[in-house]
Amino acid sequence: MSQIFHPSANSIARIILTITAVLVATSGYLVYELGRSPYVTRAYQTRQQPIQFSHERHVGGNGLDCRYCHTSVESSAVAGIPPTKVCMNCHSQILVTASYLEPVRASFRTDQSLQWVKVHDLPDFVYFNHSIHVNKGVGCTTCHGRVDQMQLMWTVNTLQMEWCLDCHRNPEKYVRPRAAVFRMDYQPPADQLALGRRLVAEYQILKLTSCSTCHR
Amino acid sequence: MSQHHDHDHSPPLDTARAALSNVEGRQAAPTGGRPEYWRSLEELADTEEFQVWLHREFPEQASEFTDPVGRRQFLRLMGASLALAGVTACTRQPAETIVPFARTPEQLVPGKSLMFATAITLGGIATGVLVESHEGRPTKIEGNPEHPASLGATDLFTQAAILSLYDPDRSQTLSSRGDIRTWSAFLGSLRGALESVRGAGGAGLRILTETCTSPTLGRQLQAFLAEFPAARWHQYEPAGRDEVRAGGRLAFGSAVETRYVVDKARVIVSLDADLLGSMPGSVRYTRDFSRVRRVRGGQADMSRLYVVESAPTNTGAKADHRLALTPSAIAACARTLAAIVGVPGVARVALSAESEAFVDAVARDLAANKGASLVVAGDEQPAAVHALAHAINLALGNAGQTIVYSDSIEINPIDQQASLRELVADIEAGTVSALLIVGGNPVYNAPADLRFGEALQRVGFSAHLSLYEDESSAACLWHIPEAHTLEAWSDARAWDGTTTIMQPLISPLYGGKSAHDLLAGLSASPGRSGYDQVRDTWKAYATQAGIADFEAFWRQSVHDGQVAGTALPPKPVTLGDVGKAIGALASPGAGLELVFRTDPTVYDGRFANSGWLQELPKPFSKITWDNTIQLSPATAASLGIANEDVVDVTSGTRTVRGPAWVMPGQADGVVTVYLGYGRTHAGRVGNRIGYNAYQLRRSGGAWTAAGAALARTGARFKIASTQLHHDMAGRALIRSASLEEYRKHPDFVKAEEPEPPRTLTLYADHEYKGYAWGMAIDINACTGCNACVVACQSENNVPVVGKEQVAKGREMHWLRVDTYYKGHPEANPEAYHQLVMCQHCENAPCEVVCPVGATVHSDEGLNDMVYNRCVGTRYCSNNCPYKVRRFNFLLYQDWDTPTFKMQRNPDVSVRSRGVMEKCTYCVQRISRAKIDSEKEDRKVRDGEIVTACEQVCPAQAIVFGNINDPESRVSKLRAESLSYSLLGELNTRPRTVYLAALKNTNGELRQEDAGSKK
Repeated sequence: MSQIFHPSANSIARIILTITAVLVATSGYLVYELGRSPYVTRAYQTRQQPIQFSHERHVGGNGLDCRYCHTSVESSAVAGIPPTKVCMNCHSQILVTASYLEPVRASFRTDQSLQWVKVHDLPDFVYFNHSIHVNKGVGCTTCHGRVDQMQLMWTVNTLQMEWCLDCHRNPEKYVRPRAAVFRMDYQPPADQLALGRRLVAEYQILKLTSCSTCHR
Repeated sequence: MSQHHDHDHSPPLDTARAALSNVEGRQAAPTGGRPEYWRSLEELADTEEFQVWLHREFPEQASEFTDPVGRRQFLRLMGASLALAGVTACTRQPAETIVPFARTPEQLVPGKSLMFATAITLGGIATGVLVESHEGRPTKIEGNPEHPASLGATDLFTQAAILSLYDPDRSQTLSSRGDIRTWSAFLGSLRGALESVRGAGGAGLRILTETCTSPTLGRQLQAFLAEFPAARWHQYEPAGRDEVRAGGRLAFGSAVETRYVVDKARVIVSLDADLLGSMPGSVRYTRDFSRVRRVRGGQADMSRLYVVESAPTNTGAKADHRLALTPSAIAACARTLAAIVGVPGVARVALSAESEAFVDAVARDLAANKGASLVVAGDEQPAAVHALAHAINLALGNAGQTIVYSDSIEINPIDQQASLRELVADIEAGTVSALLIVGGNPVYNAPADLRFGEALQRVGFSAHLSLYEDESSAACLWHIPEAHTLEAWSDARAWDGTTTIMQPLISPLYGGKSAHDLLAGLSASPGRSGYDQVRDTWKAYATQAGIADFEAFWRQSVHDGQVAGTALPPKPVTLGDVGKAIGALASPGAGLELVFRTDPTVYDGRFANSGWLQELPKPFSKITWDNTIQLSPATAASLGIANEDVVDVTSGTRTVRGPAWVMPGQADGVVTVYLGYGRTHAGRVGNRIGYNAYQLRRSGGAWTAAGAALARTGARFKIASTQLHHDMAGRALIRSASLEEYRKHPDFVKAEEPEPPRTLTLYADHEYKGYAWGMAIDINACTGCNACVVACQSENNVPVVGKEQVAKGREMHWLRVDTYYKGHPEANPEAYHQLVMCQHCENAPCEVVCPVGATVHSDEGLNDMVYNRCVGTRYCSNNCPYKVRRFNFLLYQDWDTPTFKMQRNPDVSVRSRGVMEKCTYCVQRISRAKIDSEKEDRKVRDGEIVTACEQVCPAQAIVFGNINDPESRVSKLRAESLSYSLLGELNTRPRTVYLAALKNTNGELRQEDAGSKK
């Protein structure tokens, strides 16, 4: 009786099995990477805003401090998007006729809010608090990147939980002296870990990884 | 329904009697596994039905998929949700916008809430509150710690006021006979009606308000009456205090305000007074009462409370000795008590042997505590009982000690029933041409014999200002939407006269008008705003009081939530001849005595459209979404009536039909009916539920009626009561002793169920380096008032599920008040309330069974619930011995109604369908306090974190804090000899501990004697 399968069937079976394994692994890897990719997280992507506000001009160029506009960053959960009034502090004197600032003037005239598109958008079940991070020596650029070099705003991190936890588990990798929190050009020293450990002790930074730290 | 129902649901009383024959008093050992404490007659009878019910976690959900169609539907849904689960991992978040202010208002910091002082009124009487506002949205009401009527606490109605603000069923348009009209059109019509009678001095003009304590509204009304001297001002409050006022007139010749200094009284006698529940000042009284009843550090000293009442109240449950009597027998007891303490002209009347012994013992106790005792008559008691209580207090030298008399806090304290009667008579005589109804709902809640709704049709010009387009609006020519208390300027007095200037938290959501706006429409300056009106009043006050800087005074008063020094001063009183004034005791005659009471959760019906209050389990019965006709077990047995039987109550010529409820602790021969239900124009929540007890009410007999009859109809009606849900039968869950026993055995609680050693677990111990949060609940202080349940609902965005779901055991309240009885069901059993929420166990049974790690232990010992991880297996709930976990079987939250979005606490996730939830110890408040303290480089102070339930508690029964700090209040309470863990024998080691209840019994009146009555 002849063989049912030709000897080459072995090879074919091996190839198919290998290809299947590779496909499964590759698709798993792709899903893993896709979930973190800028396509999903929208990192490095700018958004169309009502006014093409440039942080590069205002922070890098004019040297405004973050807190001039984001007034509640040291006291509240949210840093605060400035009210139109803050824009008009300067723009009632500077570029008063610029056409691209008309939405600002219109907002101030009519008392209708400007509607900005959210760039750093955490899920609604996450309760992030700016003030405590700023007070514990987490610099603005640590999460937001070099805002002074961004014309339109984008995110430089995934804002995913693993990214939060990286710092919550190892704060010494990222903390900086409180005096340098709002500095854009701060460069971590070569011995960041040594500095970090000292600051963690000094600022009594806790490694908060309980779920209820952020979710409630 | 047919007759065959007659016997298959006979009251479980016979079995209950047998069950209890071995259990007499707490020292007797429970035999045959019978509980010493019990929760319901069903449990006591221990029927097979009850056992089946009990052993199913959520009694109805298990059978959901037994039918094949349901199963297929389930699989289809599961398939869809699995597919979605795979896809959602890669979805991008939708774009959201940030909307900053164009100009930021003063003080506002985005992300931080602000508190504003104002007041919430009930029956015209104010409670000072602080309202939390998130970016201009009021979200939570808390008591004002500086206000004398609140001291930081509130009652349940005040908590629920926030929901009524956002109620989408509130009236949103000014209308006339169904046509939408403008405010100016209304004003034009009003002015027309006004001018037509100006020549006659306003004859035919009538204004009907509720009880009024507002100085500004009073000033406006008086100005109106000065301009139109022939016009009349009527007042009517369905749960009014006519009897209180009449009692004052009988005793002293004028209406007086009576204020009790509960913490100075060693002996308190309540004559059907819900002192700790629903009286004006109850929140303050509860605070004072619990303070002098607190037993700490072996300091075993308590005041003593005697209660005589006809239906069980929370005050009765706190009584050291309680007697359940008919209203007529209560009046007889009051007379006898007065006779014994020596009130001239009052003679003893015949009492039952039990009452006689009770009254004699009470009288001796009172006589031994002259000047430090207190006799309180309930608001619903007849004037004669009030007069007797005044006379007894004066005879005992209590005036000026435990009782303070002052002028009335009302602008015009009149007999309101008479006032309404007069109005109706005038309408029928054709002398009323225009009627303005300012608040209230008289068409629904006027005594039925007045036929107010029919009379109203004869008035040419009628207008009704109210929050809802209700029964009265429908009967009036004009309806004006009213601004909510939190939307308008006003002022009101608290029970002691302290006046609050009420500031709005938000501009009217639906363009409502306040009473001040309406009254301004009658004046020469109809456009004058409520703000200006209120300021005018206080400008005049400041000038009179010699205050130079009005602006500073105004700012300070508004900020503080009270005008300093406005509490009414004590007033000397002279007692008249009470014996002569009250006359002879009327005989109740044959038949049952009918008693009217405001509903414990919807009050007089004004809260009928509040889902929170409808779903709030009523004290004792734990009934939701309905009112019942309440009977004692013996009365029910003699009439052959069981729970949920539909019965007809007939009083005089009127009959109402409703479901019966057999209530242990109810007086025999008394039928209690609860007002506030049977609404037809309440809104989507409150329409057509329950029966309308106002239909039985007669003017002049507001609270009781003799000679009522009950008849079974044969029909049955399903009641959603939560008393049997989550039962924990047969264990020593509630522990109590008399003060005497406690003195002898201070450690009696520990003896009941020894706790196993801490090492008896397979899991590793947790280590807490920083904080370890814990809670202590004092059962001895808790009155079971339910305010904490509503406060939790408001703080934690807890949804309302509806009657059908409650009946399936799916209520969502994070905390519940369990009621336990002790003693014979027919003989005045003792009742205890126990608050149960997540106990945050060290060895939490829920944590180890969750397959997805959605409930985990935090490093501060919180039992965290992570909604975004939960997949809804419900294993945790199965494994929870306390039954405190709640599952979103359906999408209970209203995600669509815009106003409800505004109402929610932004610091707490709004849970969706398929997610388990439970008490978090208010983790959002813990986080806030921790962040605040960290920013200041310090530890969280003891008392800095106040959970919502702790905050609202009038009795201060709940204490939260850090148990790692031996100096914290909660640590000290845990060390008390009275403290015990619920189900501690399971070695769950809960973070919440309970302090056992104590009764300061009178040796002369041992409960066993009373309990042996058959």
